Amino acid sequence: MGNIMAIFGKEMRSYFGSPIAYVMAGVFLLFSGFVFRNQLLEFHDMAVYLKLSEREEKILLNVNTEVVTPFFEFQTFIWMIVIPMLTMRLYAEEKRGGTYELLMTSPITSAQILIGKFLACYVLYLLIEVMAFGYIGVLSMYAQLDWGPIFSGALAVVLIGATFISVGILASSLTENQIIAAVLSFFFLILLWIIDWAARFASDIFFVILKFLSLIEHTRDMIHGVVDTHDVVFFISAAAFFLFLTHTVLESRRWRA
Amino acid sequence: MIEVDRLTKRYGAFTAVDDISFQVGKGEIVGFLGPNGAGKTTTMRVLTCFLPATEGTARIAGYDIFDNPLEVKKRIGYLPELPPLYRDMRVRTYLEFIAKIKGVVPKESRRRIDEVVVQCGLVDRTEQLIGHLSKGYRQRVGLAQAILHDPEVIIMDEPTSGLDPNQIIEVRQLIRELAQERTVILSTHILPEVEMTCNRVVIIHEGRIVAVDTTENLTANMRDTTRFFVRISGDLDVAAKAIATIEGVSDVTRTNNGLHVHWSSEADLSAAVSARVVELGMGLVEMKREAMSLEEIFQALTMREERM
Repeated sequence: MGNIMAIFGKEMRSYFGSPIAYVMAGVFLLFSGFVFRNQLLEFHDMAVYLKLSEREEKILLNVNTEVVTPFFEFQTFIWMIVIPMLTMRLYAEEKRGGTYELLMTSPITSAQILIGKFLACYVLYLLIEVMAFGYIGVLSMYAQLDWGPIFSGALAVVLIGATFISVGILASSLTENQIIAAVLSFFFLILLWIIDWAARFASDIFFVILKFLSLIEHTRDMIHGVVDTHDVVFFISAAAFFLFLTHTVLESRRWRA
Repeated sequence: MIEVDRLTKRYGAFTAVDDISFQVGKGEIVGFLGPNGAGKTTTMRVLTCFLPATEGTARIAGYDIFDNPLEVKKRIGYLPELPPLYRDMRVRTYLEFIAKIKGVVPKESRRRIDEVVVQCGLVDRTEQLIGHLSKGYRQRVGLAQAILHDPEVIIMDEPTSGLDPNQIIEVRQLIRELAQERTVILSTHILPEVEMTCNRVVIIHEGRIVAVDTTENLTANMRDTTRFFVRISGDLDVAAKAIATIEGVSDVTRTNNGLHVHWSSEADLSAAVSARVVELGMGLVEMKREAMSLEEIFQALTMREERM
């Protein structure tokens, strides 16, 4: 535990001691704020239009589905770009700078290093997310919100972050070049995101598999307010799987040829 | 303290370290000597559990490097050729981090850091960013890192490479101080460095041990073949022939301005050589003993081994 905290502390210091954390938080909050604002203005326009048209039949206009849901959906999309930039340095930088040798020759296991690094990136992710939730907090002062879908959306954000970060860490452990690490994880995340597109043209068993692998499939319900244990288990096991792969990659260097 | 037992490391078809065995006793300073690419770094990386051995094994303080890497890692301090530093950390923060991952008891860590900082001459640099330090100071931080947890064994890969002459002297001094109660292995490709710091030398060439000996014996062996450079005013070819006939001279080679004269006997033939030059009526402009370069020592040692 002490060892994990030592690595965690070091990574946190590195994130906040350099511009990385601030730039990434700034970029994320700016983009998600941009989307949030525009969705809100759209919603406002629609509401005004409906009121003016004075139609007989009632159309339900819901701030949750019109503003909060698209906000969550767009967030996960920005994270696909931002997370590779947060994770790319985790191992690649150590390898390039020679400090990987220091870690591997210290009395600390590669699992402890991995968990420490994962937690640091995850906590940074959650901190940025907490700030983004401020937008919803502001909205709640002026609108009647349905908190159920917001909590389930928050759960989706918490779960999908762990999966994204574990994919990014795997990419970083494969190379000593940060750019390659970022590009690898970026493309892999995009692939996982849109893989269900291929499912449309696949048959039988492949349809089921491709559909199952798609990240978008597993977030859709949760963002709309339906929490299915099957989705929760999917994200947790996906994160665990990629962390396990990373650990195997790191340990394989110690295998006898 | 360190027992290396038939260690072999292959990278694919390339054999970096080929079946080497040696022992290092407690309190010894052993130098790994060899040209670049001889397998020094690979051997050290295997000993520090960074790389696995393909065959064979080693024990450090009684623990096998393959079966008990954590116990081994607790007992070694390692300074790689490129000091493993985080450039964006301050020296003290860096050492605090090292103390944590090397398992220094938290209560002790402040005291240990203060001690090491004094030992490595970093007292007025503790608040500086490592990235802003000069190369010599970075090397000191690297050393501080290696000794912080008070390891029984210190392994250093070319600890003086890239330093200026004054810094080299300081680092050697520091190594000798450190070695008083510890076992040290260091690698180098500079012969005088071994003579100055080590009790014993392991010479590695192309992944194999060519010689293991005490520093005194090794340099004495080297004196078996003596080489003089002789500069003469006169016909060099005539002089070369005449000198080659002196009993005991093993080889005479011509350069564009003088002769290299080798002899392998114990006797000092310098008088005979100069007498011969004077007999020929030529002027003896210069005569000096030449130190054998490392390359030549390797040639001599590898050839000697082949002859056996």
